[in-house]
Amino acid sequence: MVAAALQPSVAQVWSWLGEVPDPEIPVVSVVDLGIVRDARWENDQLVVCVTPTYSGCPATSVFAQAIAAALQSHGVKTLRLETQLSPPWTTDWISDAGKECLRAFGIAPPTPHGTLISCPRCASASVAKVSEFGSTPCKAQYRCLDCREPFDLFKCL
Amino acid sequence: MTVVFEYLLRLGDSDLILSHRLSQWVGHALAIEEELALGNIALDLLGQAQLWLSLAAQTANDGRDADQLVYLRDAGEYRNILLVEQLNGDFAHTMTRQFFFDSFHQLLLGALTQTSNVSVAAIAAKSLKEVNYHLRRSRDWVITLGDGSDESHDRMTEAVDNLWSYTSELFQMDSIDQTLIATGFAVDLAPLREPWLRDITTTFAEASLAVPQNDWAQRGGKRGVHTEHLGFLLTEMQFLQRAYPNATW
Repeated sequence: MVAAALQPSVAQVWSWLGEVPDPEIPVVSVVDLGIVRDARWENDQLVVCVTPTYSGCPATSVFAQAIAAALQSHGVKTLRLETQLSPPWTTDWISDAGKECLRAFGIAPPTPHGTLISCPRCASASVAKVSEFGSTPCKAQYRCLDCREPFDLFKCL
Repeated sequence: MTVVFEYLLRLGDSDLILSHRLSQWVGHALAIEEELALGNIALDLLGQAQLWLSLAAQTANDGRDADQLVYLRDAGEYRNILLVEQLNGDFAHTMTRQFFFDSFHQLLLGALTQTSNVSVAAIAAKSLKEVNYHLRRSRDWVITLGDGSDESHDRMTEAVDNLWSYTSELFQMDSIDQTLIATGFAVDLAPLREPWLRDITTTFAEASLAVPQNDWAQRGGKRGVHTEHLGFLLTEMQFLQRAYPNATW
């Protein structure tokens, strides 16, 4: 029971996780991205449950390393990372703060199908798709027809 | 070998081999956007193959992991359908092969989300979201090329003629399927043929392409009888583990 008293609270763990950046898009944290599904103590072991974004995303293993390194730096000694596939990750889990960070970074945040995509720079809705796929599995390439700048769209998944 | 292991190999191997074929375009594609798209789709399929083959390895529990299944099986032990091992050819061949597969893949994964096995259903639901994007793109390309210039139309017609005989195997079933359909684990492929053909027919109509009436079929991949192309593909893909056994990094 002495050990339990020294355990950081789950809320504290979530706050630490909120400081771990996405390795590819460092303006959003793993929590804002919605990939951390659960954090809990099992006796003296911390269990963090992570869901992958895209099946083949090379960032997935980097996420795990970054999460482990961050928690260890805060003194967590025994950690188990679990992968959870179901329910599959959806861009709906990206927080509103995360979406705003994406936009400020120049990446149009995901929009539900059928709603307007707007340029992250000038907010114009007059945009054209260049390619369904972009520099990472989660993005598509667009260009703005008003300010003429190319931009990435975080795909709706 | 259990029937479940065989069934999971079929799912994983088709994803893996198509992924490798698409990755062969990297450095050779016609435009940077297409290069990225082909690479991204290859990556999605590789990730899906890893999920299926990890589950297969877990099922077999014979000491092999997913990497060993990929690098240490010879052609006769591969269970992918013949369509996915066919050569990339020109862009028309690559996109026709992709469209035939994506349209089927979407139906297959949709049906697999209803399976009795929770791990299979989870992988299917995850993969399905990615495949929706694959299909949208390959269908667009089939229409663009089929309904494009005289040359692109001719090349598409040739690709469709060359690849059509491999499509019947998509829906082929044997005792492994029957055994697992009975337990609710596997998907009955027969009802998928009609919606698949409808997708092909509708898309081809828009692409000014004719659906071949020839129903002569090439089969064998699901039981390990492959075209000569798979051996060459594996030689390249497995080179490192063959030359430097057990190398890790």
